Amino acid sequence: MNLSADTIQEIDQIIPKYPEKRSAALMVIHLIQDEIGAIDLEACEWIAQKLEVQPINIQELITFYPMLREKPWGKKHLRVCRTLPCALRGSYATCQSLEKKLGVKEGHVSDNGEYSLEFMECLADCGEGPVVMVDEQTYENVDAEKAVLLADLLLKGKLDSSKKFVSYEQALVSESKTKASVKSKSSKK
Amino acid sequence: MIKKNTPKERRIILKHADDPKYSNRIDCYLREGGYAMLKKSLKMKPEEIGEEVLQSGVRGRGGAGFPAGMKWKFLDRKSGKPIYLICNADESEPGTFKDRQIIHKDPHQLIEGMMIAAYAIQAKQAFIYIRAEFFEGAKILERAIEEAKEKGFCGEKILGSKYSCDLVVHRGAGAYICGEETGLIESLEGKRPNPRIKPPYFPAVLGLYQCPTIVNNVETLCNVKHVLEIGGKAFSEIGKPNNTGTRIWCVSGHVKKPGYYEFECGALTLGEMIYDVCGGLLPGRSLQAVIPGGSSSKILRADERFSGKLKDGTEFDWGVEDIPLDFDGPMAAGTMSGSGGIIVMDDSVDMVEAMANINAFYAHESCGQCTPCREGSLWMRKITKRMCDGGAREEDADLLLSVANQIEGRTICAFGEAAAWPTQSFIAKFRDHFEDKAKNPERKKSSLQLI
Ligand SMILES: Cc1cc2nc3c(=O)[nH]c(=O)nc-3n(C[C@H](O)[C@H](O)[C@H](O)COP(=O)(O)O)c2cc1C
Ligand code: SF4
Ligand code: FES
Repeated sequence: MNLSADTIQEIDQIIPKYPEKRSAALMVIHLIQDEIGAIDLEACEWIAQKLEVQPINIQELITFYPMLREKPWGKKHLRVCRTLPCALRGSYATCQSLEKKLGVKEGHVSDNGEYSLEFMECLADCGEGPVVMVDEQTYENVDAEKAVLLADLLLKGKLDSSKKFVSYEQALVSESKTKASVKSKSSKK
Repeated sequence: MIKKNTPKERRIILKHADDPKYSNRIDCYLREGGYAMLKKSLKMKPEEIGEEVLQSGVRGRGGAGFPAGMKWKFLDRKSGKPIYLICNADESEPGTFKDRQIIHKDPHQLIEGMMIAAYAIQAKQAFIYIRAEFFEGAKILERAIEEAKEKGFCGEKILGSKYSCDLVVHRGAGAYICGEETGLIESLEGKRPNPRIKPPYFPAVLGLYQCPTIVNNVETLCNVKHVLEIGGKAFSEIGKPNNTGTRIWCVSGHVKKPGYYEFECGALTLGEMIYDVCGGLLPGRSLQAVIPGGSSSKILRADERFSGKLKDGTEFDWGVEDIPLDFDGPMAAGTMSGSGGIIVMDDSVDMVEAMANINAFYAHESCGQCTPCREGSLWMRKITKRMCDGGAREEDADLLLSVANQIEGRTICAFGEAAAWPTQSFIAKFRDHFEDKAKNPERKKSSLQLI
């Protein structure tokens, strides 16, 4: 397993934050999964050695937690919220739209490895459902029709720069940016 | 027609959340007087802070509504073991999205509340257990903690005092059961999040690493700061007796303006929330049902009535719309305010589909330790899914009820109840819908697919 020096450094910084090494398991797993996409047997053994536990102690986490993986998702991973509040606003249709448009079935990775799609349980943004996440970005009120547009932009590689789809996370930053510019303007006065 | 005034929000926790001049950075928080309460509390005796919190009557905002001050009193201080504080930021109860707002928009408020709480219980170390789906939320918190450390608000010798406490952000990995406090603790120990048997594993006595531990929700810990700011007594006068302070209600489903709204406890009724605050139902629709406190709470049917006597002796006779939004109101109506997630359903909803959706959630999320919960939740999903796929049978309502009844009260953690209550209440209140399904098994074209 070839981990980048950065990741190894981060791992070495995280472990001593905990009173017991084993507590760092999820955080270490996240760091490695972020880099290599999944935690295979080799990664399990590596982590186990690092945390001074048995490989099974790591494997039992990978097989339990829904967001931990033995095999990687696609390069872009889409999550659609399935739970009641989102479903009441059409998330099943949203998911079907995305399946069709991206040519990938829910729970699977597309043949070319580019996209994967997953139905998730409540993403804690139920007031703005249907909620769709593209990697780490959260898009709100994505009904079936909007899902087609979102997928189109994604296929063209233009989702991140789109003005039509501003994620919850982007909105936080751009808001504080406009705030900052308001501030600097007023401070000039 | 007399136009009623829309009830006014009282934003204490969310005061700055949507303020266009406010950001989640520390300079902004300091400009608004942030961390002044931490400074003040470090000059107080830890027990004094505990007394203020006890006097405030503030109840936990995570779901169970247990008074925070009382929980802190249960801490085992005699053992001499280190004490831990954990903030429950798992926010996984369907219908709930309040902690998200605090974490992303005002993280320093949470950090200040936590550091005051940590000092009050003399915690050696504090953790924020955040659900992994909040990728950005975890980064925001980590940055905020760095900012706070630079200014001496957490870490070594806080503000030059003798008290030190480190704050660590810990990410979950997508499992609902990590919201249950003992499951959370197991998860934080690096294990599968199997909840522990209580007794003996009450966290205040045997928590993280078998040490005394306090687990509180994000909103609860933010409240600690405000209790200190105005004093326990004054805080206890906000809202109603036994239902003090404000609450953030999250409304989702079939209303015109879903969202998060903060009100004094008991300041408005469920009807006022739905019709006045959230703009009512969509055009041409009527109210069918409300789930008042996250998907685990018992459902209310729009035409139900409730009568009886409240704890203070007053008699009540309510329709669904008259239920006061606080802790005790929904309880008196046989359900609970839980996590404050209000899910509204109009007459377009096929209640069997809604049930199947909820059952699929619990079947997916059971940790699998207890047979009644593991097997029962799967059976409830399977039966309701079959009903929606055209295979409904006359006896299904009774079958579902018998499965649910065999889960309730027979499990290690309250997930068992959380899984059983929806089914029990759906069958009690919408039995006709379940029986109709056997007569008309085809999915209606007009109803939305929910499973
Ligand atoms: C199945 C289950 C899931 C829970 N999920 C959460 C959650 O996501 N967030 C939360 O704060 N509390 C959750 N709780 C409640 C916690 O166990 C605990 O009571 C709470 O965090 C205590 O904090 P409080 O007293 O401040 O409310 C859950 C409980 C159960 C039984
Ligand atoms: S009730 Fe369910 S979730 Fe809770 S411990 Fe038992 S199996 Fe796990
Ligand atoms: S139900 Fe979709 S975010 Fe909660």
